[in-house]
Parts: sequence; C-alpha cells; structure tokens
Amino acid sequence: MIVDLPNTTTNEVSKRLVVARGESGAVALGRVLTLILVTDEDGANDAIGTANDASREHPSRVLVIVRGSTDGDSRLDAQIRVGGDAGASEVIVLRLFGELANHGSALVTPLLLPDAPVVVWWAGEPPADPASERIGTMATRRIVDTAKATDPAEALRQLSRVAAPGTTDLSWSRLTRWRALLAAALDQPPYEEVTSAVVRGASDKPSVELMAAWLALALNCPVTVEHTEPGTGMVGVSLTRASGEISIVREDGTVATMTQPGQPVRRVALHRRSDVECLTEELRRLDPDELFTDVLTKGMPLVQGVSA
Amino acid sequence: MSPTRVSASENPLRDDRDRRLPRIAGPSSLVMFGVTGDLARKKLMPAIYDLANRGLLPPGFSLVGYGRREWSDADFAEQVKASVSRYARTPFRTEVWDQLAAGLRFVTGNFDDDAAFDRLAEVLRELDESRGTAGNHAFYLSIPPSAFPVVTKQLARSGLSRQDGDSWRRVVIEKPFGHNLETARELNEVVESVFPPDSVFRIDHYLGKETVQNLLALRFANQLWEPIWNAHYVDHVQITMAEDIGIGGRAGYYDGIGAARDVIQNHLLQLLALTAMEEPISFDAKDLRAEKEKVLSAVRPPADLDQAAARGQYSRGYQGNEAVAGFLEEDGIAPDSITETFAALRLDIDTRRWAGVPFYLRAGKRLGRRVTEIAVVFKRAPFLPFDNTATGELGQNAIVIRVQPDEGVTIRFGSKVPGTAMEVRDVNMDFSYGESFTESSPEAYERLILDVLLGDPPLFPRHEEVELSWKILDPFTKHWESSGKQPEAYYPGQWGPTSAHDMLARDGRSWRVP
Repeated sequence: MIVDLPNTTTNEVSKRLVVARGESGAVALGRVLTLILVTDEDGANDAIGTANDASREHPSRVLVIVRGSTDGDSRLDAQIRVGGDAGASEVIVLRLFGELANHGSALVTPLLLPDAPVVVWWAGEPPADPASERIGTMATRRIVDTAKATDPAEALRQLSRVAAPGTTDLSWSRLTRWRALLAAALDQPPYEEVTSAVVRGASDKPSVELMAAWLALALNCPVTVEHTEPGTGMVGVSLTRASGEISIVREDGTVATMTQPGQPVRRVALHRRSDVECLTEELRRLDPDELFTDVLTKGMPLVQGVSA
Repeated sequence: MSPTRVSASENPLRDDRDRRLPRIAGPSSLVMFGVTGDLARKKLMPAIYDLANRGLLPPGFSLVGYGRREWSDADFAEQVKASVSRYARTPFRTEVWDQLAAGLRFVTGNFDDDAAFDRLAEVLRELDESRGTAGNHAFYLSIPPSAFPVVTKQLARSGLSRQDGDSWRRVVIEKPFGHNLETARELNEVVESVFPPDSVFRIDHYLGKETVQNLLALRFANQLWEPIWNAHYVDHVQITMAEDIGIGGRAGYYDGIGAARDVIQNHLLQLLALTAMEEPISFDAKDLRAEKEKVLSAVRPPADLDQAAARGQYSRGYQGNEAVAGFLEEDGIAPDSITETFAALRLDIDTRRWAGVPFYLRAGKRLGRRVTEIAVVFKRAPFLPFDNTATGELGQNAIVIRVQPDEGVTIRFGSKVPGTAMEVRDVNMDFSYGESFTESSPEAYERLILDVLLGDPPLFPRHEEVELSWKILDPFTKHWESSGKQPEAYYPGQWGPTSAHDMLARDGRSWRVP
C-alpha cells in the first residue's frame, strides 16, 4: 500500500503511518532498527529497492531522505509504503526542497522507532565526515559507499582521515568472501609466515586498497597493489610463503582459481557481491567494526607503492 | 619488519574483533549413502548447494553418492541438479553449480559389496589428488539402521574409517537411534566399534533450527525470564509436536515404532532438556551436553503409567476438506496394529528448580494443524485485588516458544478491557521472525552439515543423551506393549483422543489449543 502526501508536515506523516499500518494489517511492531537512507533523486529507486531486500533479514523502518533542489521555497513531499510494497519494512520517503533540504535530521527525529538502533546509509556520494554530520550523530552505525564517490580513491583517503567507530564502507563488506577464503587457506597446514603479498584490482575500486591495508595490518609484511583497468573489480590476491605462493585469481568476476603449492588447482565460485548482500551484512552487526577502523587508520599507511 | 606468526592455532587473518568472516569448512568431501531417499533429495542436497552458494564450503568440496543404481557421475549430477533446482532455498547460480558439479561422483554397489567399497576408497583417493580434499571425509548414513552394521563393517574393512595424521573421518547418523535402550546400545556399539565417539555425529534436525537455538538466547541472554523460570512461578510446561499428515508411505517404518519412539524420544525430549536445563557454563559442546544430561537424568516417569499417559490412533474422517483413511486402514498396516499415532505423557523433573512442575509432552499425526511449540504456563497470581467477575476471563500467563511454523515467541497476559467497568481479559503479545524472515534464515540441515564438516559438535546429541532418553521412554512403551490394548481412536483434524484431555483434566489443567 502506497500513500502519497504532497506538500505535507512530519506530524501528518506520523499520523498517516499509524493509519496505513492498521489498514494494511501490518500492525506487528517487529521492526528491529531504523535505517535512514540519504540519497538524491537519481539514486533513490535503486537504493530503496536495496533497503527493502535487506529488510527481509532485518525488519526495519526505512526513512528515505531525498534531497531535491535547494532553490525555491521549502517543501516536504512524503510517501508512505507499507505491506507488500515495502518488503519486510515500512518505507517513508521524504522529498525535501528549498532550505529544508539542508535540515534532513530535523525531519527524521519524530519518525525514528522508539528505543531501536539507528543506522544511516549514504547511498551516493559520501559526506566529508560522516560522524560529525548532524544526521550521522543520531546514528549508532554510519554506512558509506566510497565506490559510489566521484573520486573513489580520494573518498577512501578522506574516510581514513575521519575514521570513527561505527563508520563503515560497503567497499569493505564487498571483500568478506575474499577475506574468508584467504583466512581459510591459512587455517590449513603448512603453517608458515607470509613474507609478502600482492593485491591486484581495478584502480576505481576502494576495495582493492582496503584488501591491501587489511593484509598489511594483519600479516605485517610488504604488500603491493597492482592496478588493473577500471571496471574489473578485485582481480587477485597472492600471498608468498616459504613453500610457495597461495593465489586467488578472479578474471571474469564470477569464478576464481585458487592455487596452492602441493595442491591441485581449485576453482571456486566467487561472484561479485550485490549491494543487498553487503547492506544485509552491515546491518547484522550494529556494534562498531573496530577492525575496519584499524584497517583504515593503521593499515592504509603500511601499504607499499602502487604500481600500475 | 618480521611477519606475523602463523601456526595451527594462530591465524593472523582471523581477528576476534572481525565478526564478518564466516567459518569455511576445511578441505573435505561428503559421502552419502541413501541418495535416492526423500531426505537426501528434499533436504540434504539442497542444503549442500545452499552452503556452496553462501560460500561456506571449501574450494574443491566433493560429494560422493553411493547406491544400488547403475548411475554414472553425470547421471548422479543430473539427480542432484533436479533436487537442487526444486528445493534449494537460495537462487540457482550457474557458476556455483558448475563448481559443485565438478566434485560430484557416484559409486554403484550394494552395502555388502567388497569390490564397490574398494572402488569408493579409490574414488576418495582420487578426490584427494584431483580436488585436494586432503583425506577428510564425512560419511552420511541416510539409510535404515538395520543397514548400519554392514556399512560400518565395510567402511572399516576398506580402510575408509581410518584417520591418519591431521586428516579426519566422521560419520553422520540420523534417528531412529534404536527403538529402545537395548537396541540403542547395540546400534551404538556397532558405530563406535569403527568410529571414535568424537567422530560420530547424530543428527536431530530440531537442534539445527533457529528457534531452538533462540531458546538458549531467550533463556540465558536475558534477565527478564530467568527469575521466573522455576517452580515458584511456573505451573506446568506443555511441549507439543503436531502433524496434520498421516503416515503416508512410511507404513513399513512406522508400524511398531509409533509416535512416542518416532518423535518424543528425540525431538521432544531434546526440547524438554533445553527448556528445563540449568545454565551451562559455556556453549561448548561439553558443557552444553553436561547440562542436558543432568536434567534428563533427573526426569522421573509417573508411578501410574495409565493415569499419566495417553495414546491414540487416528480414525477415518475428514482432515480439513479431505476425506482420509484411518490408521488401521492405511496400506501396509495390520488391521490389529497397536502402534500409536498419538502419544501424550506426563514427566516430572526431580530438581529443586522443577519439583512439582509437570512437563506434558504430546505428539501425533492427523492433528488439527502442523505446529511445534513449547508453552511455559505460569501460576495464577496468588491474590487478585479485583472482583471475581472482573477476572472471570483471565487465564494463566504463558510464554509460548513457537518452533514451527511461524517461528517466534508469544507472551500471554491479562489486560484491562477498555470501558468503564474493570474487566481483565487475556491478550497475546507476539514476537515473530516474520514470514519474510524465513527465506533468509538457513535451513536446519545447512547448519548441521556445516557443523559436521567443521567438526563443531554442540548441536549434536551424544550417545549418553540418547540412552537417557530411552530410559525415560522405555517404561511407557513397555507398559503399552505388555497391556496389548488397542490405542483409543481419535478423529483426524482434532487434538487427539479423549484420554489425553482426561489426563490433564485429572490434574486440573487443560491442553492449549496451539
């Protein structure tokens, strides 16, 4: 069920939400968190779809702040979606115009779920400092996506300068399966130190730098980044040990080849993670990801030169 | 700089603070006996695919089928693919399937065929070479227990059960674990003569269910319930497992087994143990099992087995809109069978926490609807500062843990009815994992198969628990058999025979309608 409320007030939105929930039968208060989604008009539909899908694992109230043009008079257009049109969540889209577009945080306060964690997700260009943005201070978790920035590399460097507990990057969750495979490889004998590592991947993917930073931090060995063409994503990681090299290479974006000394070459399905998978993973833990903060602040400076 | 140390117990890429990394099973294969059975097709194979799709299986993971069919590897792959595309929970991805399919093998043979088991050993050696399974193999016996002795003997003879160095061999068995204490022991001797106790994984799929694990979280992560989780406040506990289906095509298995042995001995007594046990000092397998064993050994069957138990057989009638046959008319059931399709028991637990609190267990087929739940029913408030008329409609408070379907928790308590008069009535407060939740929460078998490959035993009952459960149930089944009496008939689609309702009425209680 979709209710459109053009040129409205937050009070009206609150009231209509209660009515809409009652009418559509979605009365259970099983929402576990409020997800605030900050986006612009272009990215709004994709981002709302992603949030809806993620809500299947984490029932939530999604407040979407769509920042429109700041020219002209202040106006609020709202839309409420509950029931089948909102996954397992209830979605409130707030379109802000004029001066109001700069005051999103004031609008969402009355609409937050009582006594439930708040997560902010900037689906597009990340803010310069998520933790000190007014809307960021309301949240226990702040999620950005540096890969969506106009200059992803700079966005990641900026994020490392303002790293704060509770701030994470979808570029980090994109790496989880890669990291799990690498960790599982080191679970098996022979137990040898890793003496150097090489990470290969697209120059436009902050994930590549994060992988290198993580390895450098954890393994305390020289880690080099080799950049590939933009659009190729993560391509490969190799770890050098006394007995030889462990390498995982994914050329086609779906299946990786894993090579280890003394073992047959193995193929493993390793598709690129969708935003839904990444957001779902982010919402699974609402406490700060301390390791990620360390990777940003301590790991990134350790990464050796970047070769093209 | 000196690189971070790596050893068997220190992996620098695993950080305690890193809770994103899933545990991926090490290099291994799974050998499945009984690949054409319902369980294998509908649950096990889809679960393996789902695990692969979630990236939790190791690169090179292999699945070997063993059976009588004259199948090639490709035929077997065809069968697995059919069951995966029909029953898997996660979407079908070609690249995941291709990797899984590359590790599928099939070995044709009977259970007593020396040559076939030697071929199986050869196939596993080849997998170690070509897929890097590293000598780690789990044998899933999805076969009738009567075939266990011959299969385990073959596994020993062909050297398949032998573990060398770091590699492991594990065996997975399913219920029924015997049909009384004596046969359970015999069965266990057969299996443990070949595999050490730590390598035997007994699957009770109920323990892999999210809600059952949530029971532990509910009880031990919260401050709210523990103070009232005892005989001071709890009046009694009802554990129900109802099915709306009949015995279907399982007459051969079911006749002579009955509801009590089929589900009470394993699922219901495990639920009872988790509901009633003391807090384990940790969630390690050892500590968890210790608490379950303690509480199971404190369970006392009633003195008068006729008064505190009931059993029934469904008769002909209507289940919903469908005309259904009675149990005695089902194909393959003797017309004078005394096997029960419904059983209800009262058990008492002799501990300080539970003294005087009866646990009522009931299980049956062709009941009102399919539901499994644990209801903890509280005593009435000792004093009510209201008129009798005001609380006429007030029942007893209850916490109901809904195991399936519609997983969640319901709390039942009294609330004032709006209006000028003071009138209190029962209301329900629901926590639900939600319909749309279930598609993301893993199937019990995914969790359990992964735990087998990881060698993580907390969710698997140990032989001691199986023995204790039989000790609890044996007096009932012996009594029923020696009496030779026909179980009471009950109409399908209802909640069991009159004697089951009388049994609670004698204690001044009544069954919940779940």
